[in-house]
Amino acid sequence: MIRYLLGRLGQAALLLVGVSFITFVLLYILPADPARQLAGRSATPETVEAIRVQLGLDRPFHEQYTRYLGNLVQGDLGRSYAQKTEVTEVVAARLPPTLLLMAGAIVVELAIGLTIGVLAALRPGSRFDHGAMILSFVGVSTPQFVAGILMLYVFSVQLDWFPVGGYGTWRHLVLPALTLGLLGAGWYSRMMRSAMLDVMARDFVRTARAKGVSEWRVVLVHAFRNAVLPIVAMIGIDIGLFMSGAVIVESVFGWPGIGQLAWQAIQQVDIPIIMGVTLVAAVAIVLGNLLADLVAPFMDPRVRLRTPTNR
Amino acid sequence: MKTVLRDKLALAALVFIVLIVGGAALAPWLAPYPPEETFFDGLTLEGAPLPPSEKYWLGTDLLGRDLLSRILFGAQTSLVIGLVANGVSLLIGTLVGVVAGYLRGWVGTVLMRFTDLMMAFPALLLAIALAALFTPSLWIVAMVIAMVNWVQVARVVYSMTVTLSEREFVEAVRSLGATRSRILFLHVLPHLVPSIVVYGTLGIATTVLLEATLSFLGIGVQPPTPSWGNIIFENQSYFSTAPWLVFIPGAAIVMLAVAFNVLGDALRLALDPTLKARTA
Repeated sequence: MIRYLLGRLGQAALLLVGVSFITFVLLYILPADPARQLAGRSATPETVEAIRVQLGLDRPFHEQYTRYLGNLVQGDLGRSYAQKTEVTEVVAARLPPTLLLMAGAIVVELAIGLTIGVLAALRPGSRFDHGAMILSFVGVSTPQFVAGILMLYVFSVQLDWFPVGGYGTWRHLVLPALTLGLLGAGWYSRMMRSAMLDVMARDFVRTARAKGVSEWRVVLVHAFRNAVLPIVAMIGIDIGLFMSGAVIVESVFGWPGIGQLAWQAIQQVDIPIIMGVTLVAAVAIVLGNLLADLVAPFMDPRVRLRTPTNR
Repeated sequence: MKTVLRDKLALAALVFIVLIVGGAALAPWLAPYPPEETFFDGLTLEGAPLPPSEKYWLGTDLLGRDLLSRILFGAQTSLVIGLVANGVSLLIGTLVGVVAGYLRGWVGTVLMRFTDLMMAFPALLLAIALAALFTPSLWIVAMVIAMVNWVQVARVVYSMTVTLSEREFVEAVRSLGATRSRILFLHVLPHLVPSIVVYGTLGIATTVLLEATLSFLGIGVQPPTPSWGNIIFENQSYFSTAPWLVFIPGAAIVMLAVAFNVLGDALRLALDPTLKARTA
């Protein structure tokens, strides 16, 4: 177990070095010149050159990358070009809102997805089942910006139940979390439905029924508990979806998280921030996947730990 | 295919896709106006867009252009990108997956570790960075999407190839002295075709959504060329006063993606009989 964990952690570290390298390469060949952006339009060529030297942008590629990696190991992500502050500070300040948003989205996707999945599985082939499955397709097929604008239009502009955007109270969280969780709700309802159908056909459910256990107890205690565990183990994988979704949802709702930060940084060619956010997102995704792999065997002993060799 | 046609929902999806493809192909004849023409009477005196009317069936956009015409021509953009991007990502994904799964060894390891690496990237951030890197055009957007989407295909094809290449019939042809490429192209690839068809269909939905999202962020297809995503991007500030400008193209995106998802799912059921027993 310990060896497995160390192996996986080592793999994760290698993956992150790879991510940092690819991001660096991509940004290195980015034609937009950050020194020129920083200097402003009226700057003389000398000023631009001075800024370039000051940022170390005149050094050769490998030198820039090794210096970056060296600083990275010490937890130094560099300084933002645009905001003139430490990237670690900027990212750290933006992280809590995004984590809050993700927590809200997880609640939404599980609450909606699991409920619909269980109800649909109770009467397979019924009208509700068909409706629910069509709805789940709509959930996974709605781009988050469309869902977000629709929610703003209905619940903020027309009904005036929630604020149009911003951050602070629970009322600000409802619409962004709903928007971010909708996609997952669609997936979870489909997975939950087939997991429930699978479990309901098993012998132990038939035994429970034969013993005279009430139908609700059979469904909620015997079947649901067994069907839900492998599904919940997959939450870690959602982090990748959330990281991408956060960029859209946070720009639609003006939510001050790292998604909005990334979007602003890309427009300002603020390379240290883009690198920082990409790395933080990659760390989250790698940890999420690792978590999903580690939790799955405990939830369902039939799943063996995926060792690097037997993949 | 018969099973798919018996499924009413899948049939409806297929009909819808055919309608959209027809509408896009015939856009130059079907569209009431040129998509880029701005009309003097297409705006109110205050300069606001017009709601749907007899003259402009779906209303006009912020520049006084006919929304229906832009949506018809926008369908061309979405479908072309959907087909091209998806075709390229299927090609790359299948190639990487088959080669890695069949050869294994260090080639397989390198290819799959690279795939893992791409999986660790937040897809949208990567697409945004790539799109910001190049001046966006229709083809660049398609390539950016392909670069992000091949990964899933590669993983699925890889694990299928690994299982397939251990089966007895592959063992049999190998012992008969068949060359590697002969085994791959004549014996392994044909077994992958059904899954590739399923992923290809589902992939179009993903591609249409990603194109719309990139265009919504302003780094996809550039105006004045209409795409469903950039129609929303251009008009989003009017969403409270002229909601049709956002919700009609939005509904078009959702319906097209739903149609491809439903069709792909029905194809998967039809091509994999073991699934049917469980979900029926």
